[in-house]
Amino acid sequence: MKKVFLFALSLTLLLSLTACGGGSSTTNGEVNVYNWGEYIDEDLLEEFEEETGIKVNYTTYSDNESMYSTLKNGSAEYDVIIPSDYMISRLIEEDMLETIDFDNVPNFANIDDDYKNLDYDPTNEYSVPYMWGVVGIVYNTTMVDYTPTSWDVLWDEDLSGQILMFDNSRDAIGIALKSLGYSYNTTDEAEIIEAVDKLIEQKPLVQAYVMDQIFDKMEAGEAAVGPYYAGDAITMISENPDLAFVFPEEGSNYYVDAMCIPKGAANKENAEAFINFMCEPEVMAANAEEIYYSTPSSAAKELLEDELKDSDIAYPAQEVMDKAEVYVNLPQTVLDLYDEEWIRLKAA
Amino acid sequence: MKKKYLAIPYVVWMAIFVIVPLCLVVGYSLVNPEGQLTLENFKALTQYWTVFATSFRLAIIATAVCLLIGYPIAYWISREGPGVKRIAMIAMMLPMWMNFLLRTYAWMSLLENTGIINTLLANLGVFKLINAVFGTELTYFPMINTPGAVVLGMVYNYLPFMILPIYTVIDKIDTRVIEAAEDLGANGVQVFRKIIFPLSLPGVLSGITMVFIPSVSTFAISKLLGGGMTLLLGDLIEMQFYGNAYNPYLGSAISLVMMVIVLICMAVMNHFGEGEEGAVYF
Repeated sequence: MKKVFLFALSLTLLLSLTACGGGSSTTNGEVNVYNWGEYIDEDLLEEFEEETGIKVNYTTYSDNESMYSTLKNGSAEYDVIIPSDYMISRLIEEDMLETIDFDNVPNFANIDDDYKNLDYDPTNEYSVPYMWGVVGIVYNTTMVDYTPTSWDVLWDEDLSGQILMFDNSRDAIGIALKSLGYSYNTTDEAEIIEAVDKLIEQKPLVQAYVMDQIFDKMEAGEAAVGPYYAGDAITMISENPDLAFVFPEEGSNYYVDAMCIPKGAANKENAEAFINFMCEPEVMAANAEEIYYSTPSSAAKELLEDELKDSDIAYPAQEVMDKAEVYVNLPQTVLDLYDEEWIRLKAA
Repeated sequence: MKKKYLAIPYVVWMAIFVIVPLCLVVGYSLVNPEGQLTLENFKALTQYWTVFATSFRLAIIATAVCLLIGYPIAYWISREGPGVKRIAMIAMMLPMWMNFLLRTYAWMSLLENTGIINTLLANLGVFKLINAVFGTELTYFPMINTPGAVVLGMVYNYLPFMILPIYTVIDKIDTRVIEAAEDLGANGVQVFRKIIFPLSLPGVLSGITMVFIPSVSTFAISKLLGGGMTLLLGDLIEMQFYGNAYNPYLGSAISLVMMVIVLICMAVMNHFGEGEEGAVYF
């Protein structure tokens, strides 16, 4: 009897081990997509499966950095990832991306020239733009009695305890840098330290450092003001009409998220098929209407509902774009400094 | 002899999921990104002593609160009849069937400035009363995003881990020992102080361990209830793995130092506990 029990136990253990091992291996008919959370119309995945017969394994991450760690650890295999601009240049520098065979992605022609050959991938060999947007300030018109025009609203003592701030170092330190008149991409140690000093000054006024929690807090009127991404701001405004969104006059961050194929992807051709599918104008339009981010294709933009197409949050005026700055990848020493300084702020 | 084989799956499990990861942590903490042996990681973490201090302070407070609340509850349950015991156990275990993150999220909506508690108090006119009496302009009690909320989250989540071991130990105390003490003239207070409490110390010690260790290393609670304003060791470690710089080497070093400090604390406490127990028996 004991032997049977022992046998059963070791069998379960063995099975669970092989199950773990089996999870990462893939067959031919699959594509493993790794995307930001809440960043796709999931119906499109089914549509893609029906159209091509390729099975989509869809998983999500919360920010560029955790995506990077997962790739770096090699703990899982992905075929398509959708990082942001600065992360793409970091991945290219570290030789972690495959070049895309554009013969397999004819729909790349639907992407506007403005979004091709951008700084993060100057020869456009590694990436196909997915969505873009600009960072701005979401505020509650019933709680802020003026129209903010500058990042300074995040330092307004009258709003003490009502201010939300980004809970990631790049975006938060970036805002402080910008409000001091420096570049988002400065590598000057003194400027970064000055920016963090400014954030420490802000800390007593801050209600919380948040990422996705900002949705609940702004929609419920828990907080008065906080910086966030334009597409998500449209989502929040549609939930709570008291909310509004502005682009600060000091300039802001313009970001592009693009689809890439990690080095050593097992299903490269399926990945290209997926990327190609995601560049069909109808697909891009359906996706943009679901997540409210801005599409890099004017063909797709034409298909959008008027309200979204004419939205000056999703498609800001030229003067906003002129002042907006794209993140570039920072050298390792500066990244280390960012982490140290971020902890200095958090532990203050 | 045969029975030993039954332990094999567990030993294999331990080897794969406890020993190997521990060795990896030690290994990582001793090298730099270029793979050379170095003690730099440990030197670098001295600048984070304030984070260590905050974490241990909050964890100690949470453990103390758990003990103060948990001990009387455990004592009370163990004195009750089987029916009450069963209901009390279910009441304690029921919330644990839900994921702890979900329960922590629920606390968010309770504690928020526009949350359930503050709305209730406002509707009951509590703030009007306070404002009238003290001439203040309160519209809510600030509860969320404070270190207090973090401690509350720890206490709420880990309290059962304090109650259960204490209850188990007290429940097993031989009633004849208590009767003997009473026969020899001890009153209620003396019985508790000289018999029950010393005999329950092993339960208290494992309760403290089971509350203190997860409290000192938590990161989700401080993020959700602390609003990211209180940086704990868990957050600091997570940041090394998922932050900008991707520094698993420093992260491992912090984890290792944390484990060593916790081990030392536990050893000291167990030593102290053994002394107490010894005093009872001799």
